[in-house]
Amino acid sequence: VINALDIARRLRSAGVLGINERNAEYTLPYNRRACYPLVDDKVLTKQLAMNAGVAVPDLYGVIEINRQLRDLPALLAQHPSFVVKPARGSQGDGIIVVTGRTRSLFRVADGSFLDEEEMTFHVSNILSGIYSLGGQTDKALIEYRVRFDPAFEAITYRGVPDVRIIVFLGVPVMAMVRLPTRISGGKANLHQGALGAGIDMASGRTLTAVWRTSIVEEHPDTGNPVAGITIPQWETLLELGARSYELTGLGYQGIDIVLDRDKGPLILELNARPGLAIQMANRAGLRLRLEKVEQYHTGLKTIAERVAFAKEHFAAQPA
Amino acid sequence: MRRAHLYILAGSLTALALAFFFYKVFVFGFPLKPEARTDLWRVEVQLQFEADGGPVKASLFLPQRTGTLTVVDQSFVSAGYGLTTEPQPGVGIRAIYSVREAKGLQTLYYRAVLQSGGLPEAQERDPLPQVEPPVLMGPQRAAAERIVGIVQRQSADAATFAALLVKRLKNARSGEEADFLLGYRPSNRRLVTVAVQLLQLAGIPARPVNGVALAPERRDAQFHRWIEYHAEGRWRTLHVRDVGQQPGQVFLPWWRGTAPLAEVSGGKHLRHTVSTSRAFEYAVRTALAQQRALEKRFIEFSLFGLPLQAQSLFRIILVIPVGILLLVVLRNIVGVKTFGTFMPVLIALSFRATGVFWGVFFLSIVVGLGLGVRFYLERLKLLLVPRLAVIVIVVILLLAALTVISFHLGFDRGLSIGLFPIVILTMTIERMTLVWEERGATEAFQQAAGSIFVGALCYLLMNVPVVEHLAFVFPELLLIVLGATLLLGRYTGYRLTELWRFKVLAR
Repeated sequence: VINALDIARRLRSAGVLGINERNAEYTLPYNRRACYPLVDDKVLTKQLAMNAGVAVPDLYGVIEINRQLRDLPALLAQHPSFVVKPARGSQGDGIIVVTGRTRSLFRVADGSFLDEEEMTFHVSNILSGIYSLGGQTDKALIEYRVRFDPAFEAITYRGVPDVRIIVFLGVPVMAMVRLPTRISGGKANLHQGALGAGIDMASGRTLTAVWRTSIVEEHPDTGNPVAGITIPQWETLLELGARSYELTGLGYQGIDIVLDRDKGPLILELNARPGLAIQMANRAGLRLRLEKVEQYHTGLKTIAERVAFAKEHFAAQPA
Repeated sequence: MRRAHLYILAGSLTALALAFFFYKVFVFGFPLKPEARTDLWRVEVQLQFEADGGPVKASLFLPQRTGTLTVVDQSFVSAGYGLTTEPQPGVGIRAIYSVREAKGLQTLYYRAVLQSGGLPEAQERDPLPQVEPPVLMGPQRAAAERIVGIVQRQSADAATFAALLVKRLKNARSGEEADFLLGYRPSNRRLVTVAVQLLQLAGIPARPVNGVALAPERRDAQFHRWIEYHAEGRWRTLHVRDVGQQPGQVFLPWWRGTAPLAEVSGGKHLRHTVSTSRAFEYAVRTALAQQRALEKRFIEFSLFGLPLQAQSLFRIILVIPVGILLLVVLRNIVGVKTFGTFMPVLIALSFRATGVFWGVFFLSIVVGLGLGVRFYLERLKLLLVPRLAVIVIVVILLLAALTVISFHLGFDRGLSIGLFPIVILTMTIERMTLVWEERGATEAFQQAAGSIFVGALCYLLMNVPVVEHLAFVFPELLLIVLGATLLLGRYTGYRLTELWRFKVLAR
């Protein structure tokens, strides 16, 4: 008990945000419920971003009712590679990344194969709402598969790495790059076993990484060190993050950006309840940074000001 | 500001609850502990006969209110039958079941809940009944008069006369007048009949009474017959066998006279079984009996004004908030992962019937087998709703099969697994497969174990007699639970599991 209290006290002084506090102090007061559908439904998010001129992966098609499943094979035949995802999915569930075809089979990023019937079944499962929050019926998106930037080649095992930035009141406060591992099955979700590497907000260079609950220096599959890699176009990423506040109106959100080899940074999705593991990737607590933003945000009008604020105040502390 | 508001709200809820609580404890005298309770008896009569195919009319005597036992609730289960009750002065109340047409085996049920003690005996005297001299002829009359004469000389009043008379009849040796009246090896019933005749001959109003001895968990209770005679303005009871001597033995008088318990016209092979069991009712009723008019009205509008069945339902419902509070603590302060938000509480409710051990055992079997079926269904690629429907059907079949198997293996506990919420089981199986496929077996088992663990803890808490008692007798205490839950809604500290999760940051 003493030990637990001791840990709690130290976490508090390090400014580590717990899930109760995140919900009670940040998501509940700063995220209006009316804004949630904008991020919960990826079709809406995409449209919103496209209208604002923000780059997103191309949308090949949306399947909304079971009848449309008949047209699915024809739609998929036009694209050698694509991603199927539920519009209301959470935590990366239900996403299938098809990297190509082998005869009539779809080659999936995790190394498995699906035939056309299995693919149709998966999409119909998405429509019936298995992956959606609360089990409501859902839509399935078929979209462009990102060819990721070679910057992360050495520290990625299959799948697509993405950059998660926590944005509070328009100010990017913390970021990490999520690196798929063999265990995560090509998915960039930390709880599925992906690696999360913290990012120095000032320079855009990666720091150490978190894997499950421990800090690691190397990628478990490739063995290459994760620290010291500079994220290409870091400035653009920070601007995308800062702009996302005006896009959705959510005060506290997580923004997932992929770096495409050809198209540059693309917004993959927005999240109204971003996870807390990012603190471990950065070895820093969120609360202190959030409190600083609460204190100064009224003076930060433009996107450039907010980005500058983030770079100035949230640079990594030298270890 | 938000916090102050919340504290004031929670504080006033607590204050209100405590005010009611202390008022009820100190002014009404409601008991704080469940031990203070009086006995309740449940009596069930099952009536069976073969109907001939035409109109059927069956009659059944019903137990009556007496000085020490009161019928507080009764119910009739008789599908398709019309029911009337008909009081027969001096004999009892008869229920008449009737139907225009019936064929084959008919089963009718009557259930009564009786309360003993707590009610003061009526002060008014019973009216003096008419004495009807028995019709006895020739030598029988001579023998009867002779016995009455002997006993009268030895006795002082009606009570001693009755006692001596019964003693004389019981100890009759062959050749005596008593033996002549009773006949060879007289049954208990015969003895009572003769004794009643002799009492009437002596000018003491008397009648035979039929009833059962109330015993805990008696499957096939037998009817006894005993004597009631009228003395000093009251009917008094006299047993001819020594059963009445057992301390604490309670007899339920059912009907008077020598008529059979039940009769049927339009049917044959009538038989009945009577079972008795014991239940407990908190002594609250006794407290209720002493209230003043205003308080009585207050109580009428509380849970105690409800029929017994509704009360026993609310006894279960009112402990749910306590379980839910525990669930909130376990989820938001400890950080246990569970399937669904309130599923553990529903699991806890179903454990009430089975107990924790067997509950966990049966739940694991059903969910385990269900998972097997679900993984098999995965190959068939069924759509969501039909797939869920298939699992519901499989779960129902599994429950039926398990019940039959456990019954034949002699597990009585197995009979109650039918009470598991079927839809909840189905959703558990479905959620578990998805979690299994998406996040791996470890996560699935973690959540399943978490759900069962929380369910078991909730059950243990909800089943503490004091908790159940307090929640039912003082439902206002649930306002405190409400206040506590409101406060937990603004708990922003770490969850216990987070301490472990973030421990690398605590340097």
